[in-house]
Amino acid sequence: MTELTSLTIAEARAKLSAKEITSVELTDAYIAAIEAANETINAYVDVTPEQAREMARASDARIAAGKAGPLEGIPLGIKDLFATEGVHTQACSHILDGFKPRYESTVTRNLWNDGAVMLGKLNMDEFAMGSSNESSYYGPVKNPWRAKGSNLDLVPGGSSGGSAAAVAAHLCAGATATDTGGSIRQPAAFTGTVGIKPTYGRCSRFGIVAFASSLDQAGPIARDVRDAAILLKSMASVDPKDTTSVDLPVPDYAASIGQSIKGMKIGIPKEYRVEGMPEEIEALWQQGIAWLKDAGAEIVDISLPHTQYALPAYYIVAPAEASSNLARYDGVRYGLRVDGKDIVDMYEKTRAAGFGREVKRRIMIGTYVLSAGYYDAYYLRAQKVRTLIKRDFELAFQAGVDAILTPATPSSAFGIADEDLAADPVKMYLNDIFTVTVNMAGLPGIAVPGGLDHKGLPLGLQLIGKPFEEETLFKTAHVIEQAAGRFTPAKWW
Amino acid sequence: MSVDLATVKRVARLARIAVSEEEAERMTGELNGILGFVEQLSEVNVDGVEPMTSVTPMRMKTREDIVMDGDKAADVVANAPNSDRDFFLVPKVVE
Repeated sequence: MTELTSLTIAEARAKLSAKEITSVELTDAYIAAIEAANETINAYVDVTPEQAREMARASDARIAAGKAGPLEGIPLGIKDLFATEGVHTQACSHILDGFKPRYESTVTRNLWNDGAVMLGKLNMDEFAMGSSNESSYYGPVKNPWRAKGSNLDLVPGGSSGGSAAAVAAHLCAGATATDTGGSIRQPAAFTGTVGIKPTYGRCSRFGIVAFASSLDQAGPIARDVRDAAILLKSMASVDPKDTTSVDLPVPDYAASIGQSIKGMKIGIPKEYRVEGMPEEIEALWQQGIAWLKDAGAEIVDISLPHTQYALPAYYIVAPAEASSNLARYDGVRYGLRVDGKDIVDMYEKTRAAGFGREVKRRIMIGTYVLSAGYYDAYYLRAQKVRTLIKRDFELAFQAGVDAILTPATPSSAFGIADEDLAADPVKMYLNDIFTVTVNMAGLPGIAVPGGLDHKGLPLGLQLIGKPFEEETLFKTAHVIEQAAGRFTPAKWW
Repeated sequence: MSVDLATVKRVARLARIAVSEEEAERMTGELNGILGFVEQLSEVNVDGVEPMTSVTPMRMKTREDIVMDGDKAADVVANAPNSDRDFFLVPKVVE
C-alpha cells in the first residue's frame, strides 16, 4: 500500500468512502509526518493533534452513517491568518501574541462544515507581508525543494510559505492560503504545487486578518489542479458577514477538469517579457504556449500596456490600506502590550516591539502616502492607475481572449537570507511582478507547475481569467498539468 | 519626492511606532528607496481617469437593521492584556 500522506485529496476521498482507510489513520499519518519534519521545515507554527483526531473520529462516524461531506475526513493545514476558534491565530506576528479568537472565519467554517480535519496553523510572512516567508515572527520556512547536488536551504516563497511547503512536503493534504499581491501563486510556483487566487469577492474575508482589504483574497494550495478545484468549491461561499462577498452560486469547479480547451483563445501579453528574465522562464512560457496550442487553443498576442505600473501602484495602495487596518493593534484589546508612561507611550512601545521590520516599513509608507498634502500625488494617482490596469484586461477580454498565459514568477526559489534581497526591499517586491496585476484588477489567477529549471527546481505558469470564470482556469491548468506532469521533491528532511 | 529624517520621525509619530535615532535613519534610506520606485507612476497620463473604488462592479450590500449578534462581553474582553469586569484597562488618560 502506498504511503497515506502521498494520496491526493481526490484519491483519499475515494479510499475513505470505499472504507479502505479511515480518517483517523490518515490523520495519524499526517501528524506523524509533521512530528518528524516540522523541526526542519518549520511549516507549522501550531499543531493541533488532539483536535485533529477528534475531528477525524467524527468524520469516520459520519462516513459510517452515510452522511459524508465533500471533504469528509481530509486533513488540512490552515494559514495562521484565518481565525480558528480557540486556536493560535496570530498572523505570525509578535503583536498578536497569545491571541485565540472566539469566532471562526467563514472560509474555515465552510471547510469544517464539509467534513475537513484541521491539523494546525501554518507559518507565513508577518501579516502576509513578504515574498519569502522570512518576515515571520516564527522564523523562515524551508522549501522542501533543494537544487540538485546542493544542501543550501531555499525559501518556499511567501507570504503563504508554510502552506506551500506543507503541501509539497506532504504535511497536509491541502492548505488554505491568501493572496494580496501573489502570496498564493508565487509560493505555489516555488514548491511545485498548484495555487489559485479566485476573483475578488469569491471567498468571504470574514475572520481573515486584514492586510489590504481591496486586494486580499483567500484560496487553496494543493497537490494538483483537481484538488485545488475541490478545495475552492468548499472554501467559496456567499457570506452576509462580508459585504464584498459576491452573490453568485459556487459552481462545481472539479466538473470542469478534463473539458476540452479546443477553440479557446489564449492571450500572450508582450509586457510580461521583462528585462533580465532568465532564458529558462522564457523557454517555460514557450513550452506552455505549445502545450495549449497542441490541445486546440488559439494563441493570440496581446498588449497590457500598464503592466509595469502595477507593482509601484500596489506599493502605494497596499501599504495605505495596511496602515489603516493595522491601526487596531494598540495593546488594548488583544495581543502584546508593552507598558509606557502614558497611553500614547504604551501604543508606541507596543507597536515598536510587536511589529517586525517589513511591517513597520509598510505602515510607514502607508501613513506617509495618506498624510495631508500627499494623498492626491500618491494614493489618488495609484487608484487611477489601477483603473487603467483593469481596463487593459477588460479590453483584452472584450477582444475575445478567454484566458491569459504568463510565467508565474521571474525566477525559481532563492536562498534563505539572500544578501542581495535583504539589502534592498524593492528587489524582493519584484518577485510579484507577474502576479500583482491580477490583484490590482480583482481577477482570478492560477499557478500550475510547468517544469523544473537546470537546478532541478520547480517553475510555474500562471493563467489569468475573466471575473468569476475560475472554471476556465481549472480546465486550462489541467491541460498544462497533463502535459507537464506533477513534481514532488526528493525527501531530505 | 523623498523624505528626510525629520519627516520619518513625524510619520512614525503619526503611525504610533516608537523609533530610535538609528532606526529612523535606516528607515529614511529604505523609504526613499520605495518612494523612488513608485515615482515612475508620475509618467502615466491619468487625465480624466476615475480612481478605482471597487474592483468588481458591485453595489454595497445592506442587511436588515436588526440585532444579529451580541451580548458577548466575556468573549470581547477574553483576549485583552488587561481587563476588569468586562472593561479594557488602559493607563490613566484623564487627569
